[in-house]
Amino acid sequence: MNIHEYQAKQILKGFGAPVADGAAITDITQAEAAINSLPGPVWVVKSQIHAGGRGKGKFVELPEDAKGGVRVSFSAEEALANVKEMFGNTLVTAQTGPAGKQVNRLYIEDGADIESELYLSILVDRETGQTSFVASTEGGMDIEAVAEETPELIHTIGISAAAGCTDADAAKIADAYKLEGTAREQGIALFKVLYKAFVEKDMALLEINPLIVTKKNDVQVLDAKVSFDGNALFRHPDIMEYRDETEEDAKEIEASKYDLAYIALDGEIGCMVNGAGLAMATMDIIKLYGASPANFLDVGGGATTEKVTAAFKIITSDPNVKGILVNIFGGIMRCDVIAEGVIQAVKDVGLEVPLVVRLEGTKVAEGKKLINESGLNVIAADDLDDAAQKIVKAVKG
Amino acid sequence: MSILINSDTKIIVQGLTGKTGTFHTEQALAYHGTQMVAGTHPKKGGTDWTAASGQALPIFASVAEAKDVTGASASVIYVPPAGAAAAIEEAIDAGIELITCITEGVPVMDMVRVKEKLDASNSRLIGPNCPGLMTPDQCKIGIMPGSIFKNGSVGVLSRSGTLTYEAVYQTTVAGLGQTSAVGIGGDPVKGTEFIDILELYLADEATKSIIMIGEIGGSAEEEAAQFLIDEAKKGRKKPVVGFIAGRTAPPGRTMGHAGAVISGGKGGAEDKIEAMKAAGISVSPSPAKLGETLVELLK
Repeated sequence: MNIHEYQAKQILKGFGAPVADGAAITDITQAEAAINSLPGPVWVVKSQIHAGGRGKGKFVELPEDAKGGVRVSFSAEEALANVKEMFGNTLVTAQTGPAGKQVNRLYIEDGADIESELYLSILVDRETGQTSFVASTEGGMDIEAVAEETPELIHTIGISAAAGCTDADAAKIADAYKLEGTAREQGIALFKVLYKAFVEKDMALLEINPLIVTKKNDVQVLDAKVSFDGNALFRHPDIMEYRDETEEDAKEIEASKYDLAYIALDGEIGCMVNGAGLAMATMDIIKLYGASPANFLDVGGGATTEKVTAAFKIITSDPNVKGILVNIFGGIMRCDVIAEGVIQAVKDVGLEVPLVVRLEGTKVAEGKKLINESGLNVIAADDLDDAAQKIVKAVKG
Repeated sequence: MSILINSDTKIIVQGLTGKTGTFHTEQALAYHGTQMVAGTHPKKGGTDWTAASGQALPIFASVAEAKDVTGASASVIYVPPAGAAAAIEEAIDAGIELITCITEGVPVMDMVRVKEKLDASNSRLIGPNCPGLMTPDQCKIGIMPGSIFKNGSVGVLSRSGTLTYEAVYQTTVAGLGQTSAVGIGGDPVKGTEFIDILELYLADEATKSIIMIGEIGGSAEEEAAQFLIDEAKKGRKKPVVGFIAGRTAPPGRTMGHAGAVISGGKGGAEDKIEAMKAAGISVSPSPAKLGETLVELLK
């Protein structure tokens, strides 16, 4: 689960990390009070959307030469003018896709005196299975480009789960940044705080780009991007409060209510599959035969008839869907449950596009029998290859 | 021959008394008499669990006690996500040699803790978030459908549960059959990687060929490819068919931004396919042609 920058900073501040003062607004009428709550002389107005590259982003509604999604303002009036220009408009960045995202929240922050910009992130390194810091002196830039062009400038420091982030670990990170004096002392304290926040809140990614050293040689968290491990949200009701549903696809929100793994795509063939690997492979084989998947959907292992019905309805609610492929290889998932769910959903919402069903595995005979006796206009398929060819043919003609 | 498990393997079920544990234990008992010997539950020690068939298994309060009494060397975990890590840790502490965690949705931070403990122990963990492992006609640990297996010569390994079934089913239809099948699980931090299982298949005489199924994210497939290249130089080589799921997956949805940094640009399907091809693996273009590709390769 992703959250906004201002929310991430709120959390980090709670753990004792140095964060600039700021105020978030969710309505344009809150702008003046927010600006006046900060002393100046510099105000930074930052778009709050769940995507990076905001500074270089462009607003769809504004002229081409208008400024981006993060704006430095040198007076309260200028800050207010920026708020008015940005709020409610659609920001397109390298990460939003061409449609962009509407800016419904702005964060107004006290400007900082920057001496140098650093990059810091904490994540779980899949290769070692350890929580690791990634540190680079090349802050404020696209870190993937840094990794590509100058990998020697990126340092990875693994942390033992049993010992936690020790003084020695923190000193290694400070060394990677070549911090000295007060910045070094503050940095060492900060790295331990960030590690604590990462572990205690079950974060999946904590990225601070940039972490800055000010002209007074203080360290400060200037930007913060945090996402959480979805598997651990059950033990963090406080984090769930930060969820912003306006950032998510409506179909994906509906799917999450039923605990379905669903990702909306832009193709024409809706897919309902069990297992993430088979779901991806089903998308791949549709593409292989010349069509495109409308979604990724893993109904999971223990799906009920109700869940399958919900999944089917979500797929058919997508107007781009010109055909549906149900591909089930039952292990835990029983084919008869899938069949019942599909039949129920078709009864509820009707079926206006071709439907190909391929069932295999646990209770396959019962599942096929239910489908055959339902009277539904279903195209049965023998295996995955057959299923993919049949649905592509049905859609493309 | 087979790897990891056979008809002598005795298995304890952690989380037997729940609905999932019950269903799959009944299936395992029915599969050529897999030796499921006991269950554990902290509060139900001393009671019995009875399958629909009437067969009863003793329930112990702890894994250590169950192991002492039954002499089991393996355990399978059907505990819900919140308690799964503690269940794995209990099995490690009890000295269980082969621990299989089926549970999906274990918090990553829990697995980071478990992994460190595991690395310092003599236990092997398969999973979590995996379908388990099978040796045809001998032993079934986990949730794979027994009906699609056939005793034979192909070693199957996969990060995906249902794609494991595809590979098994297709090799059965092709008449080749399997020595064993292992689903290592789809989580980022897990007990066993491709390399560990490839080593076992290379060493197993009955395994004449291998199907390895990967997916996008991480770099385990690249490491496996490099491992096969290194082993081939030592003269250890078997025909391998590969497949990578997720060629059409949108970037950013499944891979974390900073994750790409630490892997140095690794994680996409095309890179993995290239790495596999460079290691001499025959990469199947379609998940439906795993069996066919292998038959072609063996000609």
